Amino acid sequence: MNTTIAIFILAIPLFMFLLLGLCGKKMSHPLAGILGTCGMGAVLVLSYITAFTYFFSGSPEFITEAGERLQVVVFNQTWLQFTDTLIIKLGFLLDPISAMMLIVIPTISFMVHLYSLGYMRDHHGVYEHGFQRFYAFLSLFSFSMLGLVVATNIFQMYIFWELVGASSYLLIGFYYKKPSAVSASKKAFIVTRFADLGFLIGILILSFYTGTFDFMQLTSTPVEGAQNIFHVSADTAMGVKEWIAANPAPTFMGASVLTWALVLIFMGGMGKSAMMPLHIWLPDAMEGPTPVSALIHAATMVVAGVYLVARLFPLYIMEEAALNFITVVGAVTAFYAAMVACTQVDIKRVLAFSTISQIAFMMVSLGVARPDFHHGIGYMASMFHLFTHAMFKALLFLGAGALIHAIGSNDYTAMHGLRKYMPITHITFLIGCLAIAGIIPFAGFFSKDEILTACFGNSVVWYVIMSCVAGLTAFYMFRLYYLIFWWKEHKIHDPHHTPHDQPWTMTLPLVILAAISCVAGFVPFGNLVTWNGEPMFDHANFWTNLVHLDWGVAGISLGVSVIGIALATVMYRKENPLPDKLSNALPTLWDWCYHRFYWDELYMFVTHKIIFNCISRPIAWFDRHIIDGAMDGLAYVTNKASYAIKGLQSGKVQMYVWIYLIGALLLGLITGLCLM
Amino acid sequence: MLFCNPLIYFVVIPLVMLACLALCRNIKQIRAVAVVGSLALTALSIWLLCDYLAQRAAGVDAPMLFTGSWSWFGPLNINLAVGVDGISIAMLILSSIILLTGSFASWKIEPHTKDFFLWLILLSTGVFGFFISIDLFTMFMFYEVALIPMYLLIGVWGSGNKNYSAMKLTLMLMGGSAFLMLGLIGIYYHSAPAGQTLTWNLLEIAQNASIERGWQYFLFPMTFVGFGVLGAMFPFHTWSPDGHASAPTAVSMLHAGVLMKLGGYGCFRVAIYLMPEAAQELAWIFLILTGVSVVYGAFSACVQTDLKYINAYSSVSHCGLVLFAILMLNTTAMTGAIMQMLSHGLMTALFFALIGMIYGRTHTRDIRLMGGLMKIMPFLAVCYVIAGFASLGLPGLSGFVAEMTIFVGSFEQSDFFHRAFTIVACCSIVITAVYILRVVGKLLLGAVQDEHHLQLTDATWWERTSTVTLILSVAAIGCFPNFFADLIRFTFSPAIFAALGMN
Repeated sequence: MNTTIAIFILAIPLFMFLLLGLCGKKMSHPLAGILGTCGMGAVLVLSYITAFTYFFSGSPEFITEAGERLQVVVFNQTWLQFTDTLIIKLGFLLDPISAMMLIVIPTISFMVHLYSLGYMRDHHGVYEHGFQRFYAFLSLFSFSMLGLVVATNIFQMYIFWELVGASSYLLIGFYYKKPSAVSASKKAFIVTRFADLGFLIGILILSFYTGTFDFMQLTSTPVEGAQNIFHVSADTAMGVKEWIAANPAPTFMGASVLTWALVLIFMGGMGKSAMMPLHIWLPDAMEGPTPVSALIHAATMVVAGVYLVARLFPLYIMEEAALNFITVVGAVTAFYAAMVACTQVDIKRVLAFSTISQIAFMMVSLGVARPDFHHGIGYMASMFHLFTHAMFKALLFLGAGALIHAIGSNDYTAMHGLRKYMPITHITFLIGCLAIAGIIPFAGFFSKDEILTACFGNSVVWYVIMSCVAGLTAFYMFRLYYLIFWWKEHKIHDPHHTPHDQPWTMTLPLVILAAISCVAGFVPFGNLVTWNGEPMFDHANFWTNLVHLDWGVAGISLGVSVIGIALATVMYRKENPLPDKLSNALPTLWDWCYHRFYWDELYMFVTHKIIFNCISRPIAWFDRHIIDGAMDGLAYVTNKASYAIKGLQSGKVQMYVWIYLIGALLLGLITGLCLM
Repeated sequence: MLFCNPLIYFVVIPLVMLACLALCRNIKQIRAVAVVGSLALTALSIWLLCDYLAQRAAGVDAPMLFTGSWSWFGPLNINLAVGVDGISIAMLILSSIILLTGSFASWKIEPHTKDFFLWLILLSTGVFGFFISIDLFTMFMFYEVALIPMYLLIGVWGSGNKNYSAMKLTLMLMGGSAFLMLGLIGIYYHSAPAGQTLTWNLLEIAQNASIERGWQYFLFPMTFVGFGVLGAMFPFHTWSPDGHASAPTAVSMLHAGVLMKLGGYGCFRVAIYLMPEAAQELAWIFLILTGVSVVYGAFSACVQTDLKYINAYSSVSHCGLVLFAILMLNTTAMTGAIMQMLSHGLMTALFFALIGMIYGRTHTRDIRLMGGLMKIMPFLAVCYVIAGFASLGLPGLSGFVAEMTIFVGSFEQSDFFHRAFTIVACCSIVITAVYILRVVGKLLLGAVQDEHHLQLTDATWWERTSTVTLILSVAAIGCFPNFFADLIRFTFSPAIFAALGMN
């Protein structure tokens, strides 16, 4: 594997960040934008070369003769050494999932770079204030995200994990004059920081008991005769588990140390991937510019949690409890977010809750994956869904951005009836909706079907729940679709400025992503990405296994989706009283969904009322009045005492004689008494 | 020969600067002396670093290099003894960078510019002297030299309730010194086995290892608390918020950036180095205090409204982490502690410099009265955000590497007590994010609060020099941590841990 290419993939975006960040102000707006986009274009080309070489070259570096895909450490440099064994290295790991992410991230990132050239200007062509800064931050994000997925050890992942968090903070707060954007960015950072605390403690526990940060040492064994090539093996993970169990303190509060570590590490993933109850930051994060939402809060950063679990999957399968925890969290989140998405009125918030729900799908899929069922189909399905979801969700967000750009509002009640004015946006958005709803032959159908198959293989409970969620997904997406593009068009459209399709910089990404959403389902994931690199199907029958479906499951899920769409059509195709009737029939449920089950209020209460007012303030008061008061009191007492005894030094000789005499007398008396 | 030893020049240069300052006639000359002198000190410390590394690479394995000793007061065996290892060199570089940036930050100090710089340089003489000394008595003397000018610097050039603050700071630190003096004298009288000559020399005392356990129990708390007061150890930290709030910019920078490090350095160099057995036995008491102060300081910072108070409490939290890590008594955590000293020194100096610059423009430090400064002074605002990121531990800046080293090191202590306190200390990363982002949100982002602020200007060239130097240093540690970690770590291995019998 070519090290130079690997270095450039990371170095170009970093360099662009520094260049645009330091000199951006001196550049013209278009120059900065074009520089950023070209930089990302170069990264796109390089990572495509890398990923395609990895998957399709068939070189013995990457794939064994039996068809098992290997892990290649392209480079691995020591960055900070703690002890002899605990070393943070910065490296580049190429394996099925990181190669897949090398396709996903640059694709979406490049689309967003291109799209923003059009989006970040108003109708008169005037660039947004801070346009160069925007591109600098996008480059920083791309750098951090790429660094995260190619991490060779868990601490490198944590480093880039924090960096993506910071770039997300900077981009959500891009419109920094808007108070809502400022508080949304703050919330996003602090909530994910809290989750990262769990992640950090998890890393500390895991590294203490295993003596390494290195993914290879935790999950893989080296291939004979090569230093930097590994293959994933459950035996290594089993060895790790046994090694920990042999420690003097293998359990804490009834669960093994390894379970604790894995659950805490997953907590970091819950924060980044917006799993309940740490999901509250993602809907607010929609305050950022829409291309940012498409890139960070739909396609890439928010799936980091899924990626993290996938990365440590061989360890997770050693601890049933941790996997079950993931499944439960995922299923609850998926259901919750789908319910809430049905009631929201802000187009980006609907998409945000839909993202939460879809990521939860991936989590559930990982949680139900077991190596003994269909070669761990859940793992493959999760990664497959990650891939397809990134494409169609970015498409939906960019489409939403086009609508917002045309209308100037996030509220779909201001949109209605846009299909005549914006035909390209309409068609591409529809494709996105069909893909997410899981209609054959669009991308979402295939990946969702695999997930449901995996759920079915684990327990029928998960299967039923996730099928319901799939139905809800189809329903709320088509609700959104009809409300935007159908209904009677709105009166407040400016007669001089009818909404219209956008410049080519914005249209092109929509068309490309729509095209990908149409065909992505046919990617033979089972032969490319599996948990241990072994193909799920016979390599020889590549084409017959291209579409590998369980038609029973697929038929049911298709049926459920169609029902969801039909329901949405009945209720929202035209303005009618049905939706109001429904919400009046179930007032409490509707109210709770509309208010997102009051999670934000709960957090507000805990942070402001309890932590701020009941902890911070009393501590500050205690410090100023008790601790400092004690110091001041000491000074005060000293002062008073000096004043009190000052009178003794009066300077009157008679007084001194008296005191002397009395003192002498007393001493004499005492001595006399003692002698007697 | 006295003047052949390069270390002596760390004291000689400031003294020459003092003499030149006394002859200066106008502000330009004063600035020239301050800048040239501090540049010379920076160059000297970097040269020292290179030479030190070269010697180590050549295989010199003495615990201290560049040692020298000149008798000062024979009857009590007081010497001017000097010597440095990796840790002291790190501290010397830190001090010289902060003195340099501090000089730039006080470009326009008024009134009595000359006197201000005289006292400031005198203070730094003490600081440099402290870090090169290995004779306890000389060390203590320099320590006092560093403390006393603070009283005048705050009392005369300060702001707000400055008399009270100056008095409080000086008295509390003097109180600490009293304990310290007692401890040091105690150490002296047990510095050698019965019948041999008593000594003040750190290395000799450590070699003799003749302080009996019973005495250690008495002397360890004395010295640890004595230095701990300067390191803002809970509950002796309250001089810090008031003192910083009243001090002028450069003094805040030097004080938080360097002087508070004297505390941590002293705790390590004297208390733990000389009395390892007591340190092991008594560490738990101080672990509780410092562990508490890490979160306590952070929580207090969350509700403050004065920028300098926020930063002072944040320093309590970060310096608490330094002492906390030192008390973990293993190489990794101690390396982290020293890195945290470097990191906190640079970062907090940057903070105080920026606060001073903002205060110089808006004439208020109350975050409720300011807002939207990003629009008005983008350069300073961006620097503030970078400082904030360094403080909340963003990878690529110094805070992250220091904290992570500390946490990984602390986690090596596997009993429940240490674990519990390590996790408590880890929580500070969240609380830090809360108060940093609160300030950034209120002060820099959002709408402009005060119409008058719209006329304010962005940073001048000397302010840019000062902040950019500090940011580059913070980024250097953050991006290439292993260089610093190695420099520090190899200092620990032989000398102390042999005595402690630890890993």
